Amino acid sequence: MTTTLAAAKDRRAPWFSRLPIVAQLRRSVGLQRGMLITGIVICLVFLLGAIFAPIIAPYGFGQLSDDAGSFPRQAPPSSDHIWGTTVGGYDVFSRVVWGAQTAIAVVIVAVILSVLIGVTLGLVSGYLGGWLDRILVVIADAVYAFPSLLLAIVVSIVISGGQSSLVGGIVAAGISITVVFVPQYFRVVRAEAVRLKSEAFVESSKVVGSSTARIMFKHVLRNATRSLPLILTLNASEAILTLASLGFLGFGIGPTAAAEWGYDLNRALSDTASGIWWTGVFPGAAIVLLVLGVTLVGESLNDLADPRLRTRRRAKRRKAVTSASSDPAVGDDKTPGSTTAPEGGRA
Amino acid sequence: MSDIVRDDRHTAVDIKNLEVTFATDGGDVNAVQGVSLTVRSGEVLAIVGESGSGKTVTAKTILGLLPETAVASGAVLLTGEDVLTVGPKRVRELRGTDVAMVFQEPSTALNPVFTVGWQIAEGIRAHGKVSKKEARKRAIDILSRVGIPDPETRVDYYPHQFSGGQKQRVVIAMALVLNPSVIVADEPTTALDVTVQAEILDLLRRCRDEFGAAIVLITHNMGVVADLADRVAVMYLGKVVEEADAKTLFADPQDDYTKRLLGSVPRLEARGHQAAPSADAEIVVNARGLEIEYPGRLGRAGFRAVKGVDFTIAKGQVLGLVGESGSGKTTIGRAIAGLTRVTGGSLEVLGVEMNGVHERDFKPKRAEIGFVFQDPASSFNPLLTIAEAVAEPLIVHGRAGDARAARARVDELMEAVQLPKAFGDRYPHELSGGQRQRASLARSLALDPALLIADEPTSALDVSVQARVLELFAELQSDLGFAALFISHDLAVVNLLADRIGVLFHGDLVESGPNDQVLGAPEHDYTKRLLASLPVPDPSEQAARREALRALTRQA
Amino acid sequence: MLRRAERPGEHPTTVSGDDARRRANERERDLVTVLNDTSPTAPAVPGPSQGKTKGGGLGRYVLIRFLLIIPTVFILVTLVFFLMRVVGNPITASVGGRLTPTQLQERLHAAGYDRPIIVQYGEYLGQLLRGDFGTTLTDHRKISDILLTYGGATVELVFYALIIALLIGIPLGMLAAYLRDRWPDVILRVFAIFTYATPVFFAGLLLKLVFSVWLGWLPLGGRASTRIELALGTVPNPTGIYLIDALRTGNSIIISDVLLHAVMPALALGLITGGIFLRLVRTNVIGTLGSEYVDAARSRGVSEVRLVRTHAFKPALIPIITVMGLQIAMLLGGSVLTETTFGWRGLGFELQQYLSARDFVAVQGIVALLAVIVAVTNFIVDIVAAFIDPRVRY
Repeated sequence: MTTTLAAAKDRRAPWFSRLPIVAQLRRSVGLQRGMLITGIVICLVFLLGAIFAPIIAPYGFGQLSDDAGSFPRQAPPSSDHIWGTTVGGYDVFSRVVWGAQTAIAVVIVAVILSVLIGVTLGLVSGYLGGWLDRILVVIADAVYAFPSLLLAIVVSIVISGGQSSLVGGIVAAGISITVVFVPQYFRVVRAEAVRLKSEAFVESSKVVGSSTARIMFKHVLRNATRSLPLILTLNASEAILTLASLGFLGFGIGPTAAAEWGYDLNRALSDTASGIWWTGVFPGAAIVLLVLGVTLVGESLNDLADPRLRTRRRAKRRKAVTSASSDPAVGDDKTPGSTTAPEGGRA
Repeated sequence: MSDIVRDDRHTAVDIKNLEVTFATDGGDVNAVQGVSLTVRSGEVLAIVGESGSGKTVTAKTILGLLPETAVASGAVLLTGEDVLTVGPKRVRELRGTDVAMVFQEPSTALNPVFTVGWQIAEGIRAHGKVSKKEARKRAIDILSRVGIPDPETRVDYYPHQFSGGQKQRVVIAMALVLNPSVIVADEPTTALDVTVQAEILDLLRRCRDEFGAAIVLITHNMGVVADLADRVAVMYLGKVVEEADAKTLFADPQDDYTKRLLGSVPRLEARGHQAAPSADAEIVVNARGLEIEYPGRLGRAGFRAVKGVDFTIAKGQVLGLVGESGSGKTTIGRAIAGLTRVTGGSLEVLGVEMNGVHERDFKPKRAEIGFVFQDPASSFNPLLTIAEAVAEPLIVHGRAGDARAARARVDELMEAVQLPKAFGDRYPHELSGGQRQRASLARSLALDPALLIADEPTSALDVSVQARVLELFAELQSDLGFAALFISHDLAVVNLLADRIGVLFHGDLVESGPNDQVLGAPEHDYTKRLLASLPVPDPSEQAARREALRALTRQA
Repeated sequence: MLRRAERPGEHPTTVSGDDARRRANERERDLVTVLNDTSPTAPAVPGPSQGKTKGGGLGRYVLIRFLLIIPTVFILVTLVFFLMRVVGNPITASVGGRLTPTQLQERLHAAGYDRPIIVQYGEYLGQLLRGDFGTTLTDHRKISDILLTYGGATVELVFYALIIALLIGIPLGMLAAYLRDRWPDVILRVFAIFTYATPVFFAGLLLKLVFSVWLGWLPLGGRASTRIELALGTVPNPTGIYLIDALRTGNSIIISDVLLHAVMPALALGLITGGIFLRLVRTNVIGTLGSEYVDAARSRGVSEVRLVRTHAFKPALIPIITVMGLQIAMLLGGSVLTETTFGWRGLGFELQQYLSARDFVAVQGIVALLAVIVAVTNFIVDIVAAFIDPRVRY
C-alpha cells in the first residue's frame, strides 16, 4: 500500500517528470543519485554509439580491406586501426562500435517479446487461477530454476540450427533470451496479480458486478505492471550477457552478418596465449560497460522503488550540526541503518 | 547534562523541550514541537493522541530509537543522563537496564528464527558476562512471572508457537528481565483482541506495582488510558495540549481538543428506543446453518471459518456482527457479497441461494448490494480518480455510459457523504483515510442498494474521524432505509448503529438479539466476558468493571 | 491500528519451496518480503491451534518437496525433447546440409527419428527412467559415461567457485548492509555490479593475460600440467576430482600444481557469483535490519555488530539460501563458459565440444542430465533452508 501511494504521488506533476526514469531521478539523493546518473550517461553513450555507428565506425563490421589493400591480421593498435585488428583481419574499433547496434537490437527484441508474453500469461494465470495457473507455475518454476544459458543454447539450436543472417540472428538470439525471461516476467506479474486480486479495490469492483475482463484490464493490469520498468532494465543487462555468452559459444551471429562482442571474444581467446590483448579487451570492456550502465540504472530504480532501501535526505538542520561535529561515522559502536539521533542533540 | 538537580528518586524520565524533525519526500516535518514531560517511578503516564500527533516519536526518543532521517533537540533525561547527548555507547548501556520497550505488534517484535529463551538471554548478555545456564534460568524465571504456563518447556519455543497474547507477554518479559526503571509501551494492546487486551493491561499494572517500573504508555484508546494510566498527556500535532492526572482529565477536560477526543469515543450506553421492524418485514438476508470452509493446502484439512450460523436481516434493519479475530465475521460478510463460497447450509441473499450459486444468476442482484471495505488505503484503485471509481457501479450496470456521463450522479453522491464535489477529480492518495471511507460509502450507495455490508469500515480510522463517519452512516441509513450488515470488533461501535447484534465466537453465533438485550443482559459467557473486557473511558467506572471481569474469569 | 482481516485461507505459514525460489538476478527485493510477509500475514487466527496442527510438519515438507523434483525434471526434459524434435531433429540440424536427402533419410531411419513423435517421446522417457541419457552421435559414447568421466572436474570447479563466492559474498554483503549508503557500501556495490557485468569468459581472458602471459605466475589453462596429469592417471580408483586424487598421492608438487591450475577458473567463476551473493546478502540484511525485531533487540541494548551478524543475518539467511540454491544451478551454466575459457575438461567443456561438432543428441543428453542435477540441488537447498526456518520445522 505504501508503494502504491508513493508511485501515484507524482501524478499531478508535468508529464515529463512522471516518465519512469525521470521521476526517479528527481526523487533520488546523494550517492544513489550519483549511481543513477552514471548509469544513464553510460546507457546514452552506447545508445548514441549504436545509432550513429555508420558515422563513428571507420570501417564496416565485415570489412577486411579498404582502398589501401587488405587489413593486416592481429595488428596492434595503430593510426589506421586505433584498436588494432583481429586474427581474421577485422578492425577491432569498428566491430566494437557496430556491436553496440547488435546488442541493443537484440535487447529490444528480447525485452519486447518477453514482456508481451510474460505479462499476458502472468496476468491471466494470476488473476484467473485454477488449473491453468498451477500448470503454468510449475512450468515457469522449472524453466526458471534451469541454467538460463543452457536453455538459450537449446532454443538457439532449434531456431537457427546455429547459423544465421543479421535479422535472423538478431531475432533468433532475441527469442532464445525471451524463453529465458518469460518465466521471470510471468512470476512477477502473476505475483502482483495474485496480490491485487485480494486488494479491496478489486474486490469492490467484483462486488459491484464488473466483468472479469473489465477488472483484469482496468484494475489489475495497470497496477500489476508498475514495477516492470525496473525489472526490464535489470533483465536488459542479462540479455546482453546471454547474447555475448551465446556468441562466445559459437551460437551468435556470424562475423559477416553483424558484429557481435561475444563472438569476437571467442576468437580472441586463443590470442591471449601470445599476449595479443587488444582483440579481447576492447569488446570485453564494451560488454562490461554497457551491462554496468544498465545495471546501475536498474539497481537505482530498484532502491528508489523500495522504501526500505531508499535513502532519504536527512532533516535540514543536520547540515549545520555536522559541520560543527566531526564525521558521525567515527566511533566504535556507531549505529548504521537506523536509530539514534544523538548527533542532532548537540545543536 | 542538567544543571538543575531534581529529586531523582522519583523522576524516572524528564523530557525537556523536545523537538524532533523528520526529513520526508514532502519536506521536513516537525513531528514533535517543544514537548516537556516527566514520569516518576511507579507511575503510568499515558501519552494519548491520534495518528500524527508525535506520541510514538516522543516515546522512542526516550530509548534513542529514532530513524536516521530524524533530528532531535532538547533533552531527555533518563535517571539524570541526557539520552540525546551521552553518545551511542552509553545509550546502548542504558537500553534494557534503565529503559525498555514493549512494542505494538508482538508478532513482528520477536525474531522468528530464534527461541524466545535465546532472545531473552540476548538482552541479559548484552549487559555483562552471564553464563548461558544462568541466562536461561533468568529467562525461565521471567517467563513464569509474566504468566507463561510451563516456562521450562516454553523457553525453547519459537515465537510462532505462541498465541498473540502470549507473544505480547514474552515481549513484556524481555522488557522486564533487567528490571528497568522505565518501560515504554507503544500501543501494547492495539494488535490484540479485547479479551486478551484486558489480560495484558493487568500484566502491565503488575509491572508497575510489583516491579516498581515507571511506564510510559502510548495509546490512542481512551478506554485503555482509563484502565491503566495514573497521569495523562494529550498530544495533538506534535504538542502536548493537556496534562493532568487520569481522574481529572476524564472528569474535567480543559483543552478543546481533549474534549472533542473524549466526546468522539463511542460508549456502551443503552440507546433506548429502537424501531423494531415488524415481524412480517421482507427478509433481505436469511442464513440457515450457514457453513463456510476454506480449503486447506496440499491435502491439509480445511479451515472451518463459519460453523452453522443462523440469522436474518430484514428490510431496513441493521445487524451488527461482533467478534474477535478468527470469529468468522468478515467471512460471513464476504459470503453475502458473493466473494467467498458458501460450503454448507443455506444463505439466501435478496432471494438468491448462495450455496452453489452461479455468478450469472447473482450478477443482477449485485446492483442491490453495496460493500464498504476495512482498509481505506487499498479500497480505491490508485490510478483512477475518485469520481471514476464512484462511477464504476453505474457504468457496470449500464446506468451511465462512462465516467463523464455519470458525473451528475457522482456529485450527488459526494454531496450525500459530505465530500466537496471537487474531490471527485482527486486521486485516492490525495484524500485522508476518513475521506476515503466516505468516498467508499458513496461508491457503495451509487445504485441505491437494498443491502449494505460494512466490514470494519472505521477500524483503521482515528477515533474523532471514526465518530464522524459513523454518524454519517447512521444518517444515510435512516434516510435511505437500506438494510445493513455492520461488522466490527468493537462492541461500542456496533451498538451505535445496529438494531440487532450477533456475537460470533470461533465461527459460532453464540448470541444474538436486540441491542439492549445482548448488551444489557447477556446470556452467553463469552458475551459477558467480551462486554466486561471492553475498557470504558472513565477511570472509576473502569475500575469497577475490572473487578467484575476478574470475578467473571474466576468463576469461569 | 489496522485490525487484520481474518482470512485464514491465505497464510503462507511456510516459506514453501516454490514460492520462495527465485533467481538472484531477478529481484532480491522480492525475497526480503518472503520472510517479512510470513510473520505478519500468518494471522494469529486460530491462535494456539497453529502449534497443534504441525505434527510431522518437517517430514511432510521434505516429502512434498522431494516429490516436486519429479515434475521439475519431467517438464525440463519434455521441454528440451519437444524443442529439439518438433521443430526439427538433431540429425537434420547438425548434418542436414551436408547429406543428400536419401542419406539423410537413412540416418533418420537408423536413429528411429522417422517414427511418430509420441513413440519417440515415450521411448525417451523410458530410457531416462533407466538412467540412460542417450549416446552421442559423433563418438558414440554414452552420456552417463561422460558424466562419470568429466563430472568430477565440474564438481571440483563449482565447489572452488562456491567457496570463493561465499567468502566474498557473505562478509562483504553484511559489511555493505551495515555501512549502507556510506562510501564503503557504494564501493562494494559497484564492485558487485562489476563482477556481475563481467562475463566469465572476459574475466578469464583478462586473468590469463595478466597472470599467465604478462606475469607468468599461473598456468594458462587445463586442470594440471601434462606430466602431473599422467601421474594422477596412475592413482588407483581415481575420483576424477583432482584435488582429492592429488592429496591421496601425498606429493606436494602434484597438489600445488593442481591448485595453481584451479586458481584462475575458480576466481573467474567465483567472482561473478560472489558479486551476486554480496548484493543478495546486502539487500536481505538491510531488510531484516529495518524490521521491528531488530529494533526490539536494539531497545534491549544489543550491540550493533551483533544485531547485524546475528539478529538480522539469520532471518535473512532463509531467502539467501534459497537464492543461493538457484545460483548453484547457474554456476553449472557458468561452468560451460569457464571450462571453455580455461580448457578445463569437465562437463561444460564437453558440452561446448559437442556444440561445435553440432552433435545435438549429445547436447540434449547433457542438458537433460544437468536438469536432474539442478532439480536435486534445489531440493537439497530448500531442505537446508527449512532447517533454518523454525516455522517449517515445527
